[in-house]
Amino acid sequence: MRISMDLELKDTPGQLIHVLTPVSALGGNVLSIVHHHDKKTFRNTVPVYVIFDIEEHKLEELQEGLEKNGVTVVRIGKMRLRERAHILLIGHIIHTDLRQTIDTIDSTGFAEVQDLSLSMPAIDGPSSAIVTIMATGNEELKTSIALLKEIAERKDLLVIVPIDEGGLSGGQNNAG
Amino acid sequence: MQDNSSPFKLAIIGFGAVGQGVARVVQSVPHLEVVAIADSKGVALTPDLEDVLARKRKGKSIANSDLTALDVIRTVDHDVVVEVTPTNIENGEPGLTHFREALKNKRNVVTSNKGPLVAAFGELTELARAQGVALRYEATVGGAMPIINLIRDTLAGTQVLGIRGVLNGTCNYILTRMAEEALEYDQVLSEAQDMGIAEADPTYDVAGIDTACKVVILANAFFNRQVTFADVNVIGIEQITQDALQLARQRGFMVKLIGDVQELTVAPKLIPLGHPLNVSGTLNAASILTDTAGEITVAGKGAGSIETASAILSDILSLMRERD
Ligand SMILES: NC(=O)c1ccc[n+]([C@@H]2O[C@H](COP(=O)([O-])OP(=O)(O)OC[C@H]3O[C@@H](n4cnc5c(N)ncnc54)[C@H](OP(=O)(O)O)[C@@H]3O)[C@@H](O)[C@H]2O)c1
Repeated sequence: MRISMDLELKDTPGQLIHVLTPVSALGGNVLSIVHHHDKKTFRNTVPVYVIFDIEEHKLEELQEGLEKNGVTVVRIGKMRLRERAHILLIGHIIHTDLRQTIDTIDSTGFAEVQDLSLSMPAIDGPSSAIVTIMATGNEELKTSIALLKEIAERKDLLVIVPIDEGGLSGGQNNAG
Repeated sequence: MQDNSSPFKLAIIGFGAVGQGVARVVQSVPHLEVVAIADSKGVALTPDLEDVLARKRKGKSIANSDLTALDVIRTVDHDVVVEVTPTNIENGEPGLTHFREALKNKRNVVTSNKGPLVAAFGELTELARAQGVALRYEATVGGAMPIINLIRDTLAGTQVLGIRGVLNGTCNYILTRMAEEALEYDQVLSEAQDMGIAEADPTYDVAGIDTACKVVILANAFFNRQVTFADVNVIGIEQITQDALQLARQRGFMVKLIGDVQELTVAPKLIPLGHPLNVSGTLNAASILTDTAGEITVAGKGAGSIETASAILSDILSLMRERD
């Protein structure tokens, strides 16, 4: 299950380890961390936003672990990947590039590449791939498609997006 | 009100596929008279339509006078210039000069030629308004598929929020064949060229230029914009592979070249199989999003001599009705 947490950490160096250790000790995988140094609280703590995958039944234990480490848990959110889109890529797609592209999407925390099919071309021809992205909501989906588009275009790939992404009606409604 | 038994007079400027189609379809309309026909080589005055069509078919000259097309526009009495010379997106010529002279001489213009509209939409519509005559261009977008008059007349009173569609039959034919028959781009392109669906130099269609011109015309006509070709972000279909189309199909999608008027983009997009814009072969389709009428989709034959002529005829008939 994908979890987002708003935390508060003491404003001293090396605090992050107090978050990362309990998550990984429980088999979790941290996807994204954002420090809000600019939004320091009156308690002289720094708000931190983290997204990670962890088994749902370990959540309570994790919260205890964090608090024992002096980390304040302000909010816990369960994120579901509700929105899906397919994107076609055409060009000289190189495996390593593709891996990096997928990692970039996955590291947003709010979206992930769920499926990828690559069609290998005749010698020297361009290859084609279709990528399936899942995201927590419609806005997140659009953001991740835009991200994929940016990366792929930088690599000179042709990117073909679904018509309703940024289309007339601004895409499908968020399932809510 | 004028005496509606007096004929409504046309000059057909340009006598290729579309001009000849116009000469055919107007024959069955009472009170319409073709006073002159011009091609690049000469002018036939008060032509016998069957005769000039036969001469053209045999590759003979149609000329029976020393006049030029511009002389006709300036000096021969008529109500409507049907301007159907080749599209030139660089500078709109020779059409642009024909349009200007026609409007200056208080003649209505009906056209399928995108060039002058892409080059000088604002100037031309303003000139028509100042001269109290009409500039009609239904045939420039979507051939026989009604879109411009549909929005202007039938949907009058609604606000158009967006227009997007499959606006080029050549691209749609190529993409449909590639997807359905699992053929490569080059092969389908040659086939389309053999069938006369694609030009010998297909760039204008397959690079998305034609679609972009239609986007420009619709943006200027309905979004009150002053845009030109350079404002449209254009991606064509030349890079699309058969593999990509198969991958898309396995997930329930077709790829279509979509012109989006509000975004000012032309790009291939994934279209769900059941989507109203998923039309096949050389068909065109367009969706119009309105504030009160929701989304309306039209589809039809996007090109062809008689189809395009029928769109021109609908403009001529509406001018005739306005006169009477
Ligand atoms: N064909 C379609 O399905 C279709 C659909 C929608 C829009 N359109 C547009 O409609 C227009 C006509 O298309 P088309 O297919 O009929 O083209 P076309 O077959 O190439 O015919 C063009 C005609 O214009 C004549 N012409 C060229 N320069 C001229 C000049 N300076 N003065 C007088 N006549 C001149 C040509 O004369 P010659 O015969 O002596 O060469 C020819 O008869 C184009 O702008 C095209 O983009 C076409």
